[in-house]
Amino acid sequence: MTFLEEHLLSLMLSVPVIGALIILMVRHKDQAQANSNVRWVALLTTILTFFLTLYMWMHFDASNADFQFVEKAKWVGDIQYYLGVDGISVLLIVLTGFLMPIVVLASWDAITVRVKEYMIAFLVLEMLMIGVFSALDIFLFYVFFEGGLIPMYLIIGVWGGANRIYASYKFFLYTLLGSVLMLVAVLYMIMTAGTLEIPALMDFPFSPEAQYWLWLAFFASFAVKMPMWPVHTWLPDAHVQAPTGGSVILAGVLLKMGGYGFLRFSLPMFPDATQELAWLVFGLSIVAIIYTSLVALVQNDMKKLIAYSSVAHMGFVTIGIFVLNVNGIEGAIFTMLSHGIVSGALFLLVGVVYDRLHTKEISRYGGLATNMKVYAVSFVFFSMASIGLPGTSGFVGEFLVLIGAYKADSWLAFLAATGVVLGAAYMLYLVWRVIFGVLDKEDVKTMKDLSAREKLIFAPLIAVVLWMGIYPNSFLEPIHASVAKLIADDFSAPAAQDAAHGR
Amino acid sequence: MTQAAIPNLAPALAEVFLAVAAMALLMIGVFANAQKAFGRTQVFAALTLVIAAVLVISGAGGARVETFGGLFVSDNFSVFMKVLVVLGALGSLALAGPYLREHKIARFEFPVLMVLSVLGMFIMISSNNLMSLYVGLELQSLALYVLAAINRDRNRSTEAGLKYFVLGALSSGMMLYGISLIYGFSGTMDFDILAGFVAGHAPALGLVVGMVFVITGLAFKVSAVPFHMWTPDVYEGAPTPVTAFFAAAPKAAAMALFVRVMMGAFGDTVDSWQQIIIFISIASMLVGAFIALVQTNIKRLMAYSSIGHIGYALVGLAAGTTAGVEAVALYIAIYVTMTLGTFAAILAMRRDGGQLEEIGDLAGLSKTNLPLAVAIATLMFSLAGIPLLFGFLGKYYVFLAAWQSGLVELVVIGLVTSVVSCYYYLRIVKVMFFDEPDGALEPIQGAGVRAVLSISALVNSPLSYFLLLAPLAGASAWAAQSFL
Repeated sequence: MTFLEEHLLSLMLSVPVIGALIILMVRHKDQAQANSNVRWVALLTTILTFFLTLYMWMHFDASNADFQFVEKAKWVGDIQYYLGVDGISVLLIVLTGFLMPIVVLASWDAITVRVKEYMIAFLVLEMLMIGVFSALDIFLFYVFFEGGLIPMYLIIGVWGGANRIYASYKFFLYTLLGSVLMLVAVLYMIMTAGTLEIPALMDFPFSPEAQYWLWLAFFASFAVKMPMWPVHTWLPDAHVQAPTGGSVILAGVLLKMGGYGFLRFSLPMFPDATQELAWLVFGLSIVAIIYTSLVALVQNDMKKLIAYSSVAHMGFVTIGIFVLNVNGIEGAIFTMLSHGIVSGALFLLVGVVYDRLHTKEISRYGGLATNMKVYAVSFVFFSMASIGLPGTSGFVGEFLVLIGAYKADSWLAFLAATGVVLGAAYMLYLVWRVIFGVLDKEDVKTMKDLSAREKLIFAPLIAVVLWMGIYPNSFLEPIHASVAKLIADDFSAPAAQDAAHGR
Repeated sequence: MTQAAIPNLAPALAEVFLAVAAMALLMIGVFANAQKAFGRTQVFAALTLVIAAVLVISGAGGARVETFGGLFVSDNFSVFMKVLVVLGALGSLALAGPYLREHKIARFEFPVLMVLSVLGMFIMISSNNLMSLYVGLELQSLALYVLAAINRDRNRSTEAGLKYFVLGALSSGMMLYGISLIYGFSGTMDFDILAGFVAGHAPALGLVVGMVFVITGLAFKVSAVPFHMWTPDVYEGAPTPVTAFFAAAPKAAAMALFVRVMMGAFGDTVDSWQQIIIFISIASMLVGAFIALVQTNIKRLMAYSSIGHIGYALVGLAAGTTAGVEAVALYIAIYVTMTLGTFAAILAMRRDGGQLEEIGDLAGLSKTNLPLAVAIATLMFSLAGIPLLFGFLGKYYVFLAAWQSGLVELVVIGLVTSVVSCYYYLRIVKVMFFDEPDGALEPIQGAGVRAVLSISALVNSPLSYFLLLAPLAGASAWAAQSFL
């Protein structure tokens, strides 16, 4: 077992790639049979990766705030192959591993053209996402972070909706522009600190002047990825046009890279600038929460509505991260995990009806509670989780963030809390229009309830949402030590609190 | 120190061999029967290039050696760049066969001219004196002018050759004028003596003016803005294998010469030329990024793309440090593979027995020929410099070197233009993967095209991070030692 533990992260990176290579070699005279083989290989690969991530979670030492499962090898020059996880990243990797089999299952019947390429793109993407969360060399991180654009660009562009080309360009160029500014900062850091190791960079004291600019450069990248208002506009387009699986991964994992980046880079590496510029993040987050919630209220497209709700939820995450106390940051991480599952589930739910009726227009539906009972229950359940009903995962994260925000500034907490109310408004309005009401449309009447495969997709999601809501400690346990260390190392001085108030 | 009557030929063995072999090839071409002349010279030219590369490499590892009274120098850097030139030439020679035969221009002069121009490039790379620089440059250029016009029955080709010749002669003239000024103000043409002359104090104004004229000439040869005007027309007009050759080998040689003049002769007065290089670098990146946006012909697109790439390589030169030279060497090495691969792909664009050049002709390629589409996409993402592909490494190294020299603005502008240029590389990927096919392309003709395309796609694939990155970075660092 020691071999497994020593090379666990490398294994997680290589299993999806090996799966992709196997898929590449799948050949069969009968196209349908070949596609089915491809799907099965993809499913088994992602399940195997998921088990590896679970194994990592089980063997993760929660009392240890340092990086674990570390792998380090010389590569080229100063660049190292350096991987490891701590409390902040471990569960994000588990989340990635968890969502991937679900994505494959969800694409089972929905994707019928170029199945092979689709699955390869997703497996490569999975490898890159795990790489982002586990890279401890800043060069390696950048490569994984940026590299993810290519498979996602292809996923949106090839298997997306009618306006997919515009959306794929926007997604690619927007995120790339943000990231190249980060690259400028990365080059500066490599030069000044003389190291590419992320743990060493965390301890390196950058001058306050430099921190200011570095922080802004990283902010440019992560804010786009997150996405924060006003650079969020790529997200609704990308979501609406992407195939269901793409939306799930986009909302579930890719958005989390922004939050992860803040926690891994901005906070520990540039603590002074973080305190100095927290007001900026708060301002943008509050606008995001209130403005995008209002925008979500008037959407006619289900996916767009959920996309805007994602922006609002990410506003909570950024607030939680930048209040710089234990509750806020733990709440932020928890919200990321919860949002990853809940919004992923909501996109899957949209996908279910889209597969049947091929439209995402809200007004084309109505009264689904009558003929699609299981579907309706699931829809309401995940809507409640999105709103943050106690007992679901959404509640715990938002609650912790609000506590953290209240400790920092009561006005901040007040404004953020309006987001909860607005969130309830747009989600309930959506439920009302889609699930309830009169079942008067002929084609909607003929829609079938969830199939066994679809039930299989939603069952684990529901279980995890309840688990996270009822016993959040299993998820908070591994986070504690690393967050406490982050706060103790960089933000323990009382001045920190004052700065966070914006005084 | 006795001056031998015959200079030490050992360091220049490869050049001597090339010169003799070119003559021999000419004989083979003349005396072979007309049907077989091209094929035979092609094979022998390839063999010659390989032997030249072997000779170059076998002479490597030693210290810097001068010969011909300091006119000619052989060092790590020259070995590295010569190998690149040979790779570029071999690649384009491999591409040439089917295209030339089809257009009835498969004459034996083609390989001979190629070998002669490679000889010129070798002399450029090894020049240690403004005189040998000029001789090498002209030998190279004259061969290239003829190559551009080799399809003499086609107006576009002759136009390309003429344009290239007239503008090239102009730039040579400016360069000669600059050389005369440098000689007038310093009394020497030897790089080492020049380096000692300019060290320690601000150089005389006349010397700086002369240097600017020399830079002008060099900028023309690497097609840096504002001396790039010939590039799109020549790229489009010249036969495609010739364009591939233009884009790969002479670019590498001219960049090497650029580095040698700036870092070798004027390495101690970086301040007096740095801003010029910064300017042409920024201008090249901007032109390369923005003007390419509206191109529909893929050869013209590649012309602007190459202008942009030269801009990125010049970022490394602008750093004016050993790290910068290392970055330039690495960048050019990667660039040669990318550009050869792309031109191989362009040669693979055929339908109904004819060659295609419009980007739109690639529509839906992923449905009709997925491996070709994936190879092209790999090259495009690599040209765009997206991490995960090899092209990113070149950008990473040049920008790191520029940052180390404190050129923040240059780095920021460079990266932003790389985002802009991403758009047109993405467009090609979009056309291949997202659009519906109009009709399938013909299967790729010629083993050479297939080999060049697949090798360069492999080199630019993520695989290289594991296999090629370490040796290449090591080799370029070794090459840059020449300028310590």
